[in-house]
Amino acid sequence: MASLPLLTRRATLGTGAALLATPALAQGGAPIKVGLVAVQTGPQAALGTQLRDGWTLGLRQLNNQLGGRPVETLVIDDELRPDVAVTKVRAALERDRVDFVVGVVFSNILQAIMRPVTEANTFLISTNAGPSTFAGRGCNPYFFTTSYNNDQVHSVMGQAAQDEGYRRVFLMTPNYQAGRDAMAGFKSRFRGEVVDEIYVPLNQLDFSAELARIASARPDAVFTFMPGGLGVNLVRQYRQAGLANIPFLSTFTVDEATLPAQGEAALGFFAGANWAPNMDNEPNKRFVREFEAAFNYVPATYAAQSYDAANLLNSAVRRVNGNLSDKNALRQAIEAADFQSVRGPFRFGTNHYPVQDFWLCRVARRPDGKFQTETVRRVLEANVDPWAGECRMPARL
Amino acid sequence: MNTTLLLVQALNGLQFGVLLFLVAAGLTLVFGVMDFINLAHGVQYMVGAYLGAALAAMTGSFWLGLLLALPAALVFGLLLEWLVFRHLYARDHLSQVLATFGVILFLNEGVKAVFGAAPLQMPVPEALSGGVPIMEGLLYPTYRLAILAAGLLSAGLLWFLVERTRAGMLVRAGASNAPMLGALGVDVNRLFMLVFGFGAMLAGFAGVMAAPILSVEPGMGDNLLILAFVVIVIGGIGSVRGAFIAALLVGLVETIGRAMLPDLMRLMLDPSAARQTGAALASMLVYVVMAVILAVRPAGLFPVRR
Repeated sequence: MASLPLLTRRATLGTGAALLATPALAQGGAPIKVGLVAVQTGPQAALGTQLRDGWTLGLRQLNNQLGGRPVETLVIDDELRPDVAVTKVRAALERDRVDFVVGVVFSNILQAIMRPVTEANTFLISTNAGPSTFAGRGCNPYFFTTSYNNDQVHSVMGQAAQDEGYRRVFLMTPNYQAGRDAMAGFKSRFRGEVVDEIYVPLNQLDFSAELARIASARPDAVFTFMPGGLGVNLVRQYRQAGLANIPFLSTFTVDEATLPAQGEAALGFFAGANWAPNMDNEPNKRFVREFEAAFNYVPATYAAQSYDAANLLNSAVRRVNGNLSDKNALRQAIEAADFQSVRGPFRFGTNHYPVQDFWLCRVARRPDGKFQTETVRRVLEANVDPWAGECRMPARL
Repeated sequence: MNTTLLLVQALNGLQFGVLLFLVAAGLTLVFGVMDFINLAHGVQYMVGAYLGAALAAMTGSFWLGLLLALPAALVFGLLLEWLVFRHLYARDHLSQVLATFGVILFLNEGVKAVFGAAPLQMPVPEALSGGVPIMEGLLYPTYRLAILAAGLLSAGLLWFLVERTRAGMLVRAGASNAPMLGALGVDVNRLFMLVFGFGAMLAGFAGVMAAPILSVEPGMGDNLLILAFVVIVIGGIGSVRGAFIAALLVGLVETIGRAMLPDLMRLMLDPSAARQTGAALASMLVYVVMAVILAVRPAGLFPVRR
C-alpha cells in the first residue's frame, strides 16, 4: 500500500518510465475505463453534477485507482433523452471499451441503457435511479444499484405518517408514472384516511389553486413528491401561504440539491431518505467534509451514493486482484459489498438492490448558515424492497 | 366546493393572469408591430429573473435588485436585437423561429454556465413578506397582491402609452402598416428597436416579480412562453388590450379548471380515475378554449385592423 502514491505520481508524469512501471502494478496495465452517465444539460443538470462530483471525490481519495489499477472516467451526458443516452453509451461500450457503466439520475434513462450495457456483459451500477422494473422479474446479474428502490422511499413517509398518528393526509404529486408510484408507495404503509389526491402537470408553476384546496381540507399532514424546480416552487409557496403549520412530508422534494433555492422556506419540512449529511459515522464525516472542501456545496444523496459506488468498485476490483475478465468472480466480488458505506450498514439483496435502513429527515440550518437534511429517527430497519421476492437471479452468468 | 374557495381560486387565477400579461404584452407588441416571431421572449423573462436574483443578492436588497435589473434587462434586449434579431426582420417566419429558438438554447445553457444549474433563490422583500388571511388556515401572501397591483399598474401605463402618446400612435400605425409609416418619414427601424427594448424590459420585469415565488432556473421561461403565445393568439396579435383580457382569461381558466375539473369528473367517474382524467383535462383546457375562440373569431378577440 505504501508504494501506491509513489506509483501514481510516476504514472501521472506520463513518461516512458512511468508507462513501464504500470504493468508491474496490475495485470493488463491499461487503465480501467468507467463510463459515468450523468445528466449535464437541461433543468435537472444540478442532480447530474452532484452525482458526478460524488464519484470524482471517491476516486480522488483512492488516488484515482480502483483496487490498485488506475482509472479513466468518461463522463457521458445523457441530456435526459433516452435515445441520446443509448447512442452515447453504445459508443462508450463499443469504441472506448468501458469496463463499467456507473451513474444515471433518472429511471427512464436507466431503462433505455439497461439492455445495451448488460447484453454487452458489462456491469452497470446505478447510483440513483432505482425503478421497480429491475428489482423484481426484470432483475439482472450485471445490474447493481447503490441507491434504493423508488417505492421504498415513498413507503418510508407512509410509515412515518402512520407512526406519527396522522389520521387524515392530503397527497399531491405530478401526473406521470413516478408520481402515481409515489402515491402507491405512500399508501402501501399508511392506514389512515387519504383526504384527497391531486395530480398536477409536470410543468406546473403556480400552486396557489392546490394550496387553497389543502387549506380548505385541513389535513393532519401533506405528502408530496415534487422533484427539482417543482419542489422549489411548491415549498416556497406553501410557506408563503401560511400552511407551514401542517406537517410537510415529502420525497425528493427537499434535499441538498434544492435547498439552496428553498432556504428558510423549507425549514422543518420532512423528507424520507437512506442517507443524510449529518449521519454520525467516520466514513460519512470524512465524505461530507472533503466534499464541501472540494466543491463548496452540501452533498445530497446523489453524491453520497456515487461516492459509495466508487468505494464499492474499489473493493470489488481489489478482491479479484484487478482481473476483470472473470465475470463470475467479479460479480461475486461486487455482491460481497466489502466496503464502508457512508450510510452505515450496507449489503446487497438477492436482486442486487441494497438492504438498508431508511430515515425520517428534517430540514435544518447548520451553524454556518447552509441548509441540509438531518436524520430525525430510523423508520425502517434493514429494509428489503417489495419486489425482491419476484427476482429469480441466475446463479452463474 | 364552497363560494369562499371559489373566490380564492378566482383571485389566484387573476394574479397568474396578470403575470402572464406582463410577459405577453411585450410579445404581442413585437409580433404585432414588427411581424417578428420572437420565441426568445421567454428567455428574456428568464434573464430578467436571473439579473434580479443576482443583483438582489449583490446589493442585499430586493428593491435595488429590481431597480437595477430593469435597465439591465433593457440593455440586454437591445444587445440581442442588435446582435441577432435585426438581421431577421426581412426574413420569413421560419428563419425567425429557427434563429430565435437557437437563442433559447444558447441562453438556457448560458445562464447555466454563469450561475450554475441549481435553482437560485430571491427572497421576498421584508415589507411584503406577510400575508392576509382570506380563509381559515390560508394566508394570501402580500407579495402576490403586490404582483397583482404591479401588473394592473403596468397594464394601465401601457394603455396610456399606446393609446394616448405620440410614440404609441406610431406603434399602432406600425402594427397596421409599417411600410406606409416608413414612407411618411418615420424611422421604422428605430421604432422597432424601441418597441423591442421595451418588450424585453417588460419580460424582464415579469421575471424579477416572479422570482420570489417561482424558482429561478434555466429553462424557466419555456413553459410560460407557450402560455404567452396562447394569450396573444386569443387576444389578437398586436393588441395590448386583447393581450390583457386574454391573459386574465387564460389565468382564470387555468387555475379554476385545475381546481374544479377533478371534482366535476367525480360526478361521472370513480374517484381515482376522476382525479387523473380531471388533471389531464385541466392541463388541456386552455388549449381547448383557444381552439373554440379561434373557431368563432379567427383573428382573436381584439384583432388589429389592417
